[in-house]
Amino acid sequence: MMTEMREPTADKATANDTVLEVTGLDVDIRTPRGTVRVVSQVSFTARRGRTLALLGESGCGKSMTAKAIAGLLDPVASVSAGRAELNGVDLNQMTAKQRRAVAGPGLGIVFQDALTALNPVYTIGAQLGESFRIHRGANKKQAKAEAIDLMRRVGIPEPETRVNSYPHQFSGGMRQRILIAMAVALSPQLLIADEPTTALDVTVQAQIMALLHKLRTEDHMAVVLITHDLAVVAEEADEVCVMYAGNVVEQGPVDTVFSNPTHPYTKGLLDSVPSDAQRGEGLSSIPGSPPELNKIPSGCVYQERCPLVSAICREERPVLRETGVAQRAACHFSEKVSSAKVSTELANSFEEENR
Amino acid sequence: MNTTPGGNAENVLEVKDLSKTFHVSAGAAGTKELRALDGINLTVRKGETLGLVGESGCGKSTLARTLMMLEQPDSGTVRFEGQDPFGLRGKELLKWRRRVQMVFQDPFASLNARMTAGQIISEPFATHKDMHRGTAAKTKRLNELLDLVGLRATDASKSPQEFSGGQRQRIGIARALALDPDLIILDEPVSALDLSVQAQVLNLLNDLQRELGVSYIFISHDLSVVRHVTDRVAVMYLGRIIETGTTEQVFDSPLHPYTASLMSASPKLDPAQRPVQRIVLQGELPSPLDPPSGCRFRTRCWKAQPICSAERPEKMTRNESGKIVLGMPGVGLDNAEHLAECHFPVSNPAEAGLVRT
Repeated sequence: MMTEMREPTADKATANDTVLEVTGLDVDIRTPRGTVRVVSQVSFTARRGRTLALLGESGCGKSMTAKAIAGLLDPVASVSAGRAELNGVDLNQMTAKQRRAVAGPGLGIVFQDALTALNPVYTIGAQLGESFRIHRGANKKQAKAEAIDLMRRVGIPEPETRVNSYPHQFSGGMRQRILIAMAVALSPQLLIADEPTTALDVTVQAQIMALLHKLRTEDHMAVVLITHDLAVVAEEADEVCVMYAGNVVEQGPVDTVFSNPTHPYTKGLLDSVPSDAQRGEGLSSIPGSPPELNKIPSGCVYQERCPLVSAICREERPVLRETGVAQRAACHFSEKVSSAKVSTELANSFEEENR
Repeated sequence: MNTTPGGNAENVLEVKDLSKTFHVSAGAAGTKELRALDGINLTVRKGETLGLVGESGCGKSTLARTLMMLEQPDSGTVRFEGQDPFGLRGKELLKWRRRVQMVFQDPFASLNARMTAGQIISEPFATHKDMHRGTAAKTKRLNELLDLVGLRATDASKSPQEFSGGQRQRIGIARALALDPDLIILDEPVSALDLSVQAQVLNLLNDLQRELGVSYIFISHDLSVVRHVTDRVAVMYLGRIIETGTTEQVFDSPLHPYTASLMSASPKLDPAQRPVQRIVLQGELPSPLDPPSGCRFRTRCWKAQPICSAERPEKMTRNESGKIVLGMPGVGLDNAEHLAECHFPVSNPAEAGLVRT
């Protein structure tokens, strides 16, 4: 089946369609060896009918940010500062009861691992119908009918019979559809999708992304998409927050950030993606690997891997500042990033030095 | 293609009609046959990288395991520089084993946490005792290997937990190189790594190939990586290789509708490379226990006709004038030519919505 390539933006932004506003969010984890800050001063806005991507490598804090918003942090982790406001109400100030009322109609979440996120001993119908029974007071029969409707909506074949099946009887792609169905059951205003396609094959990934896109357009949800895949961000998201070592290092509209990155990490990531132009040549790579969270340097978080590093980077942590239209980056030398190619030579000599 | 018993001198590996069936329990119905490999033909030339792509469950890993002699095939032949490894015994077999090595997907699970990096890398010498005799020779080789993959000599005494993912994969690569193999099977070597580290490992693999002339079979589901590192590509679907060709041929003008849909479905960073129309396949890979008759892709194919369920398709190709013709009789999928098993191959990239007409 052929579908027209879609444009990321469904709805045009206006001032009052802010659904989620995160400001200055800090998340700490208590460990036997002291407190570790895993998310530091993260701020962003998710708008109705638009997709915001949190992009970064493993351990950068993108999933922690989502968990903090959804109130699903492990007991050892806690939000130590900042606000996450869903329609103006701070989610972190809510009581457990208020939160439960919001979970479903206010905010839905799709997890990465569909097998572990589903309960193996309940039928799909029971798990899908649960939110209707809790939030809408539906009886068993009504809940089942709603579950069948949902399954049809997310493209599960023969929903009338499949509604009585258990999670293990579904394939990976189908389980992901069920999780999405569960998250959108009550048409939430905000949908958080944490690596929704990472474990899936490319043809199934395309199906799931098309489904998410369809649901977003129909329900005008704000979507927060968490991913490490630059190509997925480029195709699906309107705005992007690039995260590194718990910090947002660059944010702005996807087209602007990807065509004109103003942080050396964004630039480095974009250059590491294999492309046609470099076929048969070496890929430009970022030397080293991300710092462990208990060893984040003072000063700039990216200093150990940055080709532009200088004395000030070691002393002073750069704050996010305007680098373009609606674009912000946390770098002392952002203007150098866009002009100069972050030279491979520089990076290579840096690697030699560190070996 | 040279078909004399010795095989073509340029080819490291020639595989012909390789099949492997597993018997799996199907409850009251007894056992069922799972045809994991169904008549596989492929060749790998000296110093080249052959990409193997396909969805999970298509048989990529069974093929890799069979080539490593971890599985016994039911039928078909494997020739490694003209020699059939499955006919070898004892010392001869041991000698052969050192020439084909493997790098595994998950560097966090494939290294023994109770051994040091040095022990892991030099463990093959314990089996292949004649390779580097004496402690001094072994240490010398170990240091060479560490240097080759960009690790320090002092790293040898560290245990795997002390390394990052990228460094662990370097250890896995050093271990695979320890016995000077001619062919390395790389099973998703970078898919567990972060993007910024992935590029480092891909560059290392590229440098090693240039330096040592080793051949690779590169198994991956990441098409942008495959495009970057491979010379030729084989596309698998339900136990069969359904398309082969040079990387340019397969990526830029795929013949098989399945290949076209893979190319179309993979997300692209560069807007200019995105398809005009995206093919979104319906459904998922059918169960290999009960594969469709005729063409195996027909249940998900947008070009399927009645003949596709009745007859298994021949190998087709595109001639110089762009017309779809029957692949030369007797020419296997091992030819450099661009071949696909399909009744109705994609006539041009525009037909599959990959480029504008």
